[in-house]
Amino acid sequence: MAYSEKVIDHYNNPRNVGSFPKGTPGVGTGLVGAPECGDVMKLQIKVNLESGLIEDAKFKTFGCGSAIASSSLATEWLKGKPVEEALKIKNTDIVNELKLPPVKIHCSVLAEDAIKAALRDFQEQWAAKQAAATPSVTS
Amino acid sequence: MALKLPIFMDSHSTTPVDPRVLEAMLPYFTERFGHPGSRNHPFGWEAEKAVDEARERIARLIGARDPKEVVFTSGGTESDNLALKGVAAMYREKGTHIVTTAIEHRAVLDVARRLEKQGFAVTYVPVGHDGLVDPEAIRGAITDKTILISVMFANNEIGTLQPIAEIGKVAKERGVLFHTDATQAVGKVPVDVEAMGIDLLTCSAHKIYGPKGIGALYVRRKNPRVRIAPIIDGGGHERGARSGTVPVPLAVGFGTAAEICREGMAEEAVRLARLRDALQDKILSSVDEVYLNGHPEKRLPHNLNVSFAYVEGESVLMGVNKEVAISSGSACTSATLEPSYVIAALGVDPELAHSSIRFGLHRFNTEEEVEYVGGRIVEVVIRLREMSPLYELAKEGVDIKSMRWKAE
Repeated sequence: MAYSEKVIDHYNNPRNVGSFPKGTPGVGTGLVGAPECGDVMKLQIKVNLESGLIEDAKFKTFGCGSAIASSSLATEWLKGKPVEEALKIKNTDIVNELKLPPVKIHCSVLAEDAIKAALRDFQEQWAAKQAAATPSVTS
Repeated sequence: MALKLPIFMDSHSTTPVDPRVLEAMLPYFTERFGHPGSRNHPFGWEAEKAVDEARERIARLIGARDPKEVVFTSGGTESDNLALKGVAAMYREKGTHIVTTAIEHRAVLDVARRLEKQGFAVTYVPVGHDGLVDPEAIRGAITDKTILISVMFANNEIGTLQPIAEIGKVAKERGVLFHTDATQAVGKVPVDVEAMGIDLLTCSAHKIYGPKGIGALYVRRKNPRVRIAPIIDGGGHERGARSGTVPVPLAVGFGTAAEICREGMAEEAVRLARLRDALQDKILSSVDEVYLNGHPEKRLPHNLNVSFAYVEGESVLMGVNKEVAISSGSACTSATLEPSYVIAALGVDPELAHSSIRFGLHRFNTEEEVEYVGGRIVEVVIRLREMSPLYELAKEGVDIKSMRWKAE
């Protein structure tokens, strides 16, 4: 199969590969896919708690070139976006940008899942923190 | 000498035509273009003579007593179809059961599935972790309805060589016909239809440095005389077994390729095994958690199949595909979008099927090429592991298998 130039570029020069040190404040992690399916993506966002902007993002992916490119592109798009905006990233945006063929659409779906999972993880942590900070009132 | 890229190391898929083979073929396209069936003029006689000589050479390579036992077809797939469908149609009255294995080529498995739809019963005997079929399991699968056993000689992915002579013995004892798809083995390792008790054998020219478009089916004529119903009807060529004009230049090429293999096989096998072992050593000594797929000894001398844990196969191919031609059992590289059923049949972790890489060395590979390929593969695997979440988890001591994964 022929890959698009953008897929090849992301594969050869993946953006934002890595992981944040454990316990970094403002980090949300999404781990999606399954090894037996041949695709696992770990996508992390780091939210600036003052501004609510995603100030950094990182990924690691086990999967084909298109899966690597989809997650690499996702981290690029996430950086600098407010959390609410990030939720609007759709797999079809990734398909169009990378010109993924039909058999590779599942890679973009997985990347969207990874974004959503990372955002959810961040929001849950944030909510838990808020709950802990607010004194509970019993009536 | 400077290395010429890309390097071809995918010889289980096909091989380059040997220049000696091409040279032998060329006159049969132009000056000697006759139809081998033309009985009444020199053009026909010349063509028939060339085809018969090719038949003899192929018969010699596989130990057939009589060149008439070699039926030309369009290739391995057609030969497998002709063997299974031809026997099924001819012996249907006698029985409707076929025994085969889980790791056959799809040209056998898909024909078996079709025959199942037509009322035949098929037993798919499993293989062990090393890819070997147990002849006793074959024996155990035979019923009084069994008409055919079909077990491949060497597997096209893992190169594992099956105990063909032992299976041939079982077949003989039980009075069942024995077909072997020897597409990957003929010309590479000794094959002897007489000594091994083979009744039908599939082989193909382009796997042995011959041209694409021609193959053969060996059909035993004595002890027992095997009868097959044709799957292509027409002018009654190939003694009625396969109608259609024999492509003379291709047959000449096939025969020449067979002769070159027969003469040089022993030496070539030693040389390729040495190169293969060097490649294997380089890879196994440079990265951890690499698993050899298939039997470590009982395998084709030019085959190497390994799984790099935590790294998906297609991404490995993508890292080298401008320089090195190899293949993978990854779902992403298959037409069916399923990972290799051969690797899966070995009972290894499913993700290792996605991570399998197959190397197939050939006659024209050099030591320098092997060194280069080994080095590049190691580089790419190390780079991909750096970006693999599974490798990171494993290094942290997390048991990946015990995690709950949300499958897509």
